[in-house]
Amino acid sequence: MTPAVDLAPVVPELILVGAGIVVLLAGVVLRRADPLALLFVAIAGVAGAAAASLMLWRWDGGLTVLGGAVATDRFAVVARLILLGVAGLGLLLGHHYFERSGELRPEFYALVLFATSGMTLITASADLITMFLALEILSLSLYVLTGFSARIGSVEGAMKYFLLGAFSSAFFLYGIAMAYGATGSTRLSAVSRALAGQTDSMALALAAMGLLAVGFAFKVSAVPFHMWTPDVYQGAPTAVTAFMSAGTKVAAFAAFMRVFNVAFQPLGWDWTPVLWILAAVSVLLGSVLAIAQTDIKRMLAYSSIAHAGFVLIGMTATGRSGIGAALFYLLAYALMIVGAFGVVMLVSSRGEEATSLASYGGLYRKSPLLAGLLSLFLLSMAGIPPTAGFIAKVSVFRVAIDAGHWELALLGVLASVVSAFFYIRVMALMYMQEPRDEHEPDGSLAPRLALVVPAAGTLLLGVLPGLVTDLLGKASVIRW
Amino acid sequence: MRHWLTLTTFLPLAGVLVLVAWPGIRDDLARGVALVTAVATFIVSLAMLGRFDSGVPGFQLVEQATWVKAANLQYLLGVDGVSLWMVMLTTFLMPVAILASWKVQDRVRLFMASMLVLEAGMIGTFLALDLLLFFLFFEAILFPMYLIIGVWGGERRVYATVKFFLYTMFGSAFLLVAILVLYAKSGSLPGGPTFDVRELVNLGMGTTTARWLFLAFLVAFGVKVPLFPLHTWLPDAHTEAPTAGSVILAAVLLKIGAYGLIRFNLSLFPEASRYFAEAISVLALIGIVYGAIVALIQTDVKRLVAYSSVSHLGFVVLGTFAFTEQAMAGGVLQMVNHGLSTGALFLLVGMVYERTHTRELARMGGLMSVTPWLAGAFLFVALSSVGLPGLNNFVGEFLVILGTLGRSVWFGSIAAAGVVLAAIYLLWAYQRMAQGPVPEEHRHHSDLSLREVVVLAPVLAAILAFGIYPKVLLDRIEPTTAKVVAEVEASSVAAPPSVPLALEVGG
Repeated sequence: MTPAVDLAPVVPELILVGAGIVVLLAGVVLRRADPLALLFVAIAGVAGAAAASLMLWRWDGGLTVLGGAVATDRFAVVARLILLGVAGLGLLLGHHYFERSGELRPEFYALVLFATSGMTLITASADLITMFLALEILSLSLYVLTGFSARIGSVEGAMKYFLLGAFSSAFFLYGIAMAYGATGSTRLSAVSRALAGQTDSMALALAAMGLLAVGFAFKVSAVPFHMWTPDVYQGAPTAVTAFMSAGTKVAAFAAFMRVFNVAFQPLGWDWTPVLWILAAVSVLLGSVLAIAQTDIKRMLAYSSIAHAGFVLIGMTATGRSGIGAALFYLLAYALMIVGAFGVVMLVSSRGEEATSLASYGGLYRKSPLLAGLLSLFLLSMAGIPPTAGFIAKVSVFRVAIDAGHWELALLGVLASVVSAFFYIRVMALMYMQEPRDEHEPDGSLAPRLALVVPAAGTLLLGVLPGLVTDLLGKASVIRW
Repeated sequence: MRHWLTLTTFLPLAGVLVLVAWPGIRDDLARGVALVTAVATFIVSLAMLGRFDSGVPGFQLVEQATWVKAANLQYLLGVDGVSLWMVMLTTFLMPVAILASWKVQDRVRLFMASMLVLEAGMIGTFLALDLLLFFLFFEAILFPMYLIIGVWGGERRVYATVKFFLYTMFGSAFLLVAILVLYAKSGSLPGGPTFDVRELVNLGMGTTTARWLFLAFLVAFGVKVPLFPLHTWLPDAHTEAPTAGSVILAAVLLKIGAYGLIRFNLSLFPEASRYFAEAISVLALIGIVYGAIVALIQTDVKRLVAYSSVSHLGFVVLGTFAFTEQAMAGGVLQMVNHGLSTGALFLLVGMVYERTHTRELARMGGLMSVTPWLAGAFLFVALSSVGLPGLNNFVGEFLVILGTLGRSVWFGSIAAAGVVLAAIYLLWAYQRMAQGPVPEEHRHHSDLSLREVVVLAPVLAAILAFGIYPKVLLDRIEPTTAKVVAEVEASSVAAPPSVPLALEVGG
């Protein structure tokens, strides 16, 4: 029987890919395409995809479409919307960044759109094969984006990312094979049913779970699979880092949650301790290693490793509350990491060299606005109220304690104290030192306006988290 | 008009909005905006005081609204006899502190905005009755204070401010986990899980759990108070902070710790409070004596005043954990008194420093003959701080010692010795500063300016007024403290209250 073809749930991806192809063709056909027009097409694609995702909120068709390959639940809708927001900001920042460095090529927009389509598709994948395809779409686009600048660091970062990423893809694929071997299917729901009914040896299933966990841990940069993160984040053009640090993590975590809460749900007792350990070492190592950094991009990279740990803390609480807390954390994380890298991009107007912490000395004197914005994002990362980061941390700790993991919550809170040290050190530089050089930050207005969006979001979610918690609550059920 | 508490809490933020939205504002205008906002906040808080019914021991003027429904978070403010005076102290001293920092020339807009954010955070901390809302305000204070010390402080300001930040963060880490554990356990309450303090007091939990949670709260508030041995951030922070920062730190921020102990530790964990009372009292006594002795050997007058805070706050904690009505009321009264006296001392030290450009006692002398009004004011405040009858500190310390003697003769006696030590270090400091020959470089200082008189006058007046007539304060404090003591006593099944504390805890 051929499955009924219902394309509505993948319209967001179709729009993104379509817009990507249009941009790519326009770049080839019209030799002198106006970058602004291309940016407009790309943004329009993202907005269209967002509108199409919103339509899916009220989807009343089947739980999956396309032969069980794509899920239609609200979890996917919310994850997509976060990702599309990140993509929009990434496009704006990247446009400015590459225009400034004179490396603006039409492929940039197309790659961001393709990467985004992979990210959104992975959040909705209900089949491990679809998930793998989406993972490769997003990874390959990001490898190229990382090396998009001609700088040696950028190319080196891309190479590292590619090599290690290929490894993790292999792990992931092997995990899929194991899962198929254990259950005879790659569909998440079928895997789950097969595992629930299974009573004899679980060795194959456990191996599948372990291998997939490694693949995901790599993508979300959880310790000990985090090695690539600092090099890639530092090497990549800052605007790309902003996009990918938020996008990859949100997308990979969404898929992570779907696979573990659906396919491996019957093995919950086995994977909760695994996540527990991953979470514990990620928050601790991420926070501690960040202290030793002298480059802000590397520092933020380690901090993003710690943030992966905090999301994992939320995930150790299985079920609805855990997913809701993790989703909120991802939303907050996306806002603050895009914002922080956006500020970094503006501060290092001379190029990539000016990302040392020392160049943040006296930033308040040079630009009170940038110093204020960065402080807000850093305070949010440190979990100081009234910011989204505070509510996010409280949420994941709360669900972890509810689930009986209070030791993990305590570890997490102590790690945030450690992390506060390096966040406030940056603020001390900005406010309490005099500028060391005459070098002025990038004064352009447009990216500043773009950064107001995550800043406002960070504050708003900190003061009125109720605006989204109901929505996230409705989206926290992964249906299968 | 039913929203007095909300108005008091958030009015300072109106001034912040003006300052933030007006990047090019002239410096003196920025100062003016801050001062007007702070004065307006004080006036509003007076209205709140007027509406406070001293006959009611529980929370008044309560405002309740759902904040985040999914998380059972409430916007819940309320005031009782303890928090009332803490709020009044804050709103009263904030205009004074702002006026005292009139000479801040660097980044005035940022300074004033930080002060006002700080004020809103502190008031909110005292009024919040929802544990998570409290924690939110509690943490929100950190950053403005961090800026105030770190940007406008002395030479070692960055070190001091990072130490301050990390100590407090460390303490509050345990607090947050404890709050969340309480929340997780509160599901057994009839109204379902909640952060509402008024509900949580009815939560029954195992003795061991309660004791662990008590310790978590104790670490957080012990850092703030500061309770020996968690005090080491304090001398650095106080000494390096600019005058206004020291004033607010000493007068209000330390009280948040003491307030937290009374509001949360005692009422949420009465049994654990009794269990640990003796140990905490011993730490408080060590703080009293140790703080006084270390103050005695300081050569830096600002550091001396800072250590005197360690000593004075020991009385507050001692009074809190003696569980007699007198001692508890005295402790709360002492919180207000210490705020006024030490606040005034820091103001005066700042004024002296502006003239002499040194804080070294060895390089001062003879101020009495050069600037008699300044020296006189210093003497007046020093006498108040050592507990001279007729001035404010006397009543509080007296009540604390009396109440503690009712529990344990030893504890009361050691505390009384602390008063004597205070007299030595403060009067000796005054002697080195104001008497003796005038060093050559200090011969031509001018006496108090009009602005400085305006800064000092209200504080000195309050010191005198509350010394002569503490009843204004006590009338409103006592119903609440009596209720707290009664609740703690009610939890006791181990021993009748008349048994001395020392025997009671034993193991």
